[in-house]
Amino acid sequence: MVPLSYYLVLSGILFACGVTGFLIKRNIITIFMSIELMLNGVNLSFVAFAAQWHALSGQVFVFFVMVVAAAESAVGLAIIIAVYRTRGTLNVDQVDLLKL
Amino acid sequence: MTPNLHLWLIPVLPLVGAAINGLFGKHFSRQTVAAIALGFSGAALVMALWIAALVSSFLPVVENLAPWIRAGDFQVDFAFYLDQLSLVMLLVVTGVGFLIHIYSVGYMWEEGGFYRFFAYLNLFMFFMLTLVLASNYLVMFIGWEGVGLASYLLIGFWFTKDSAASAGKKAFIVNRIGDFGFLIALFLMIKHFGSLNFVQVFRVVSGLPAEVASASLLTSIGLLLMVGAAGKSAQIPLYVWLPDAMEGPTPVSALIHAATMVTAGVYMVARSHAIFDRAPQALMVVAIIGTLTALFAATIGICQTDIKKVLAYSTISQLGYMFMACGVAAYSAGIFHLMTHAFFKGLLFLAAGSVIHAVGGEQDMRRMGGLRHHIPWTFWTMTAGTFAIAGFPPFAGFFSKDAILWRAYSSPYGSSVYWAIGVFTAFLTSFYMFRLWFLTFFGEYRGEAALSHGDEHSHAAKDSRAGAPAPHGHGSIHESPKIMLVPLVILAVLSVCGGWVGIERFDKFLSPTFHAGATAYSEEVAVATPAPQPKEQGSSEELFTGISVVAAALGLFLAWLLYYRRPQLPQEIAKALGGFYEAVVHKYYVDEIYAAVFVKPLIDGSTRVLWQGIDQGVIDATLDNSAEGAREVSDVVRHMQSGNLRSYAGWIAAGAAVLIAYMIWMGMR
Repeated sequence: MVPLSYYLVLSGILFACGVTGFLIKRNIITIFMSIELMLNGVNLSFVAFAAQWHALSGQVFVFFVMVVAAAESAVGLAIIIAVYRTRGTLNVDQVDLLKL
Repeated sequence: MTPNLHLWLIPVLPLVGAAINGLFGKHFSRQTVAAIALGFSGAALVMALWIAALVSSFLPVVENLAPWIRAGDFQVDFAFYLDQLSLVMLLVVTGVGFLIHIYSVGYMWEEGGFYRFFAYLNLFMFFMLTLVLASNYLVMFIGWEGVGLASYLLIGFWFTKDSAASAGKKAFIVNRIGDFGFLIALFLMIKHFGSLNFVQVFRVVSGLPAEVASASLLTSIGLLLMVGAAGKSAQIPLYVWLPDAMEGPTPVSALIHAATMVTAGVYMVARSHAIFDRAPQALMVVAIIGTLTALFAATIGICQTDIKKVLAYSTISQLGYMFMACGVAAYSAGIFHLMTHAFFKGLLFLAAGSVIHAVGGEQDMRRMGGLRHHIPWTFWTMTAGTFAIAGFPPFAGFFSKDAILWRAYSSPYGSSVYWAIGVFTAFLTSFYMFRLWFLTFFGEYRGEAALSHGDEHSHAAKDSRAGAPAPHGHGSIHESPKIMLVPLVILAVLSVCGGWVGIERFDKFLSPTFHAGATAYSEEVAVATPAPQPKEQGSSEELFTGISVVAAALGLFLAWLLYYRRPQLPQEIAKALGGFYEAVVHKYYVDEIYAAVFVKPLIDGSTRVLWQGIDQGVIDATLDNSAEGAREVSDVVRHMQSGNLRSYAGWIAAGAAVLIAYMIWMGMR
C-alpha cells in the first residue's frame, strides 16, 4: 500500500503548481485551469485521507467540490467568452477597466 | 390689599421697543424709529409715574412672575420688588432716560445706524429697570450684566473707530473684574444664607447673633459687593474705563455713564444696607474708597482739556461722594445725591453735547470760547448745571452735597477727615466746572468752525461724527434744534429745583427702606442695632454748610481769576508745578501703570505660555502629530492595496505558506 504521505506530497505539489500558475500566468484560461488544478490538488488529499481513515465524509466533500467546480467552470468559461468578445483579448493585464 | 401693579410691564416695554427697532428698524424711516423708541420709553415713564402716584401707601410691593431656579430648598424666582428706594431709582431712570431719548433724536439725526442706536438705548432701559426692580440678587445680576452689555454696545457705537471699539472692550473687561467680586458675594450668600432674595437674605443677616455678624463673613460679602460696585460705578481702582467710555455718543455718556448705569453700584450698596450695617469694616472701606475717588478724580478733572473728559472725571468724583455717603451709613443722602446728580450731570453732558454739536464736533475746550452769545439756550442751561454741581444754593447739588458732607462728619461712622477731603473736593469740583464754563462760553472764540466752512473740520474732529454732512450748515456755530433744547430746559429746571425737597423729607420718604430694616426683616434687631444718632446737632450744621458754600465760591473765584481775568496765568502755574502738573495731566499715569502691571504681563503670559506654549505646543501639537503619524503609517500600508488581484493572491499564498510552515514547525516540536 502506498503510504499517505506520498498522496499528500503529490497533492501539495499539484496545489503549488496551481498557485504558481495563478500568480504568474497572464492568460485567463490558464489562470482558470490553475484554479482547477488547486481544487483537484485538495481533492486528492481529501480522498487520500478518506481512504486512510475509512471515513466517507472526505469523499462526499470531493463530490461537492467537483460539483462546485463544474458549475464554476460553466459560469467562468461563459464570462471568459464574453470578455474575449468585448475586449478582443484574454490578457488579464489589459482587462483593467475597474482599476483606478 | 395691594392692587396688581403689573410691574413687569415697566422693563418689558422698552424691551419691546428694542426688539422692534433692532429687528425691523433697518427698513423704517427715522421718524418711525424715533416714534417707536420714544413711545416705548415714554410708556415706561408714564407707567412709573402712575405707579408712583398709586402705591405710596402700599409699599413694599412684591410681584412674583415665574419660578426660575428650584433646587431643593434654594429657589430663585423672576420677581420684582418695589419699595421707596426702587421707586426713586425707577423715576430717575425712566424720567432722565426718556428726556435723553428725546434729546438723542435731535443729536443722532444725521448719524448712520439711527435705528441701532435707539434699539441699544431701549435695551439699556430694559436692563436698567430690571436691575432696579429686581427682588433678588440674581435678577439684579441679569440687569447688572445687561447694562454692561448695553454700555459696551453704545460705547463702541462708532465701531469703525479703533479707539471707540477698544474703549468698549476696556469698559467691558474692567467691569468683568467687578462682576467677579459680585458673583463671589452671591455664592457666599447662597452658601451661608441659602437664598438670594433681598428680604430673606436681609432677614437672615439681621437675625445673625452679633458675634457671627461681626465675624469675617459679612465683611467679606460686603467687600466683594463693593468690588462689584467699584467696577460698575467707576471707583478706585476700577474707574479707568469711564473716561475712555466718552468715545460713545454724548447722549450715551449722559444716560449711561453719568445719570443711571454708573449709579447702579451706589444703588446696590444702598440696597444691601442690611449687610453693610452689620459689617462696619466693609462700610469703612466703602467710605474710604469713595472719599479717595472723589478727591483723586477731581484733581485729574482740573487738567483735562476735552470737555467730555472733564465731565467724566467729575462723574467719577461725584460717584465717590455717593459712596462716601453710603460708607457712613447715610444711604438716603447718597441716593439723594444720586438723584440730583442724575439731573445736573445728565444736563451737563447733554449741554456739552449741544456745544459739541454747535462747533461741529470739536471737543477740545482750548478751541472753544465766547460761545455764550451764539448758543444762549445751551449757555443758560449749562450754567444751571454748573452752579448745581458746584453746590451753590439754591441749586439741587447744594442740598445733596451738603447733606453728604454733614453726614460724613456727624454720622457715627463718620469722621472729620472725610468731611475735610469732601469740602476740598467740593472746592476742586467748583473750580474745574467753572474752568470748563469760562473756557467754553467766555473770552474769545479760539476755534475755526465759524471761519472755515466746516464739513472737513467736523470729520477731522475728535468726535468724528461719522454721518453724512449736516444739512443745516455745520459751517457756523449754531444753536441746537428744539428737540435737543427741550430736554435741556427740563433738566435745568430739575437741576435748580430738584434739591428743594430737602434731605429731611427725602430721608423720611426712604426711611421705611433704610431705618425700618429692623421691623421689616426681623424683630429682635431693633435691640441689637440702635438707630444711628448724630454726634451733635444744631448750629454747627449751619457752619458746615457755610464752609462748603465758601469752598464752592472760592472755586468759582479761582476759575474766574485763572481762566477769565488772567488767561495766561494757568500756564505759568503749570510751569511752576513742573513734574506734578505733568503727572496730573497724564492722569497720574494710572493707565500706564495698569498696562505695565496687569495688561502687559497678562498679554505676554497669554501669548508665550497659553497660546504658543499650551495651545500650539500641547493641544495643537497632539492633534497635528497624531494625524501626521496616522498619515505616515497609512502611506506605507496603502501600497498593499494596489488593486492588483494577483498580488492579493500572492499575499494569500504567502500567508498560507507561513501558516503551514508554522503548523509544521509546531508539529515537529
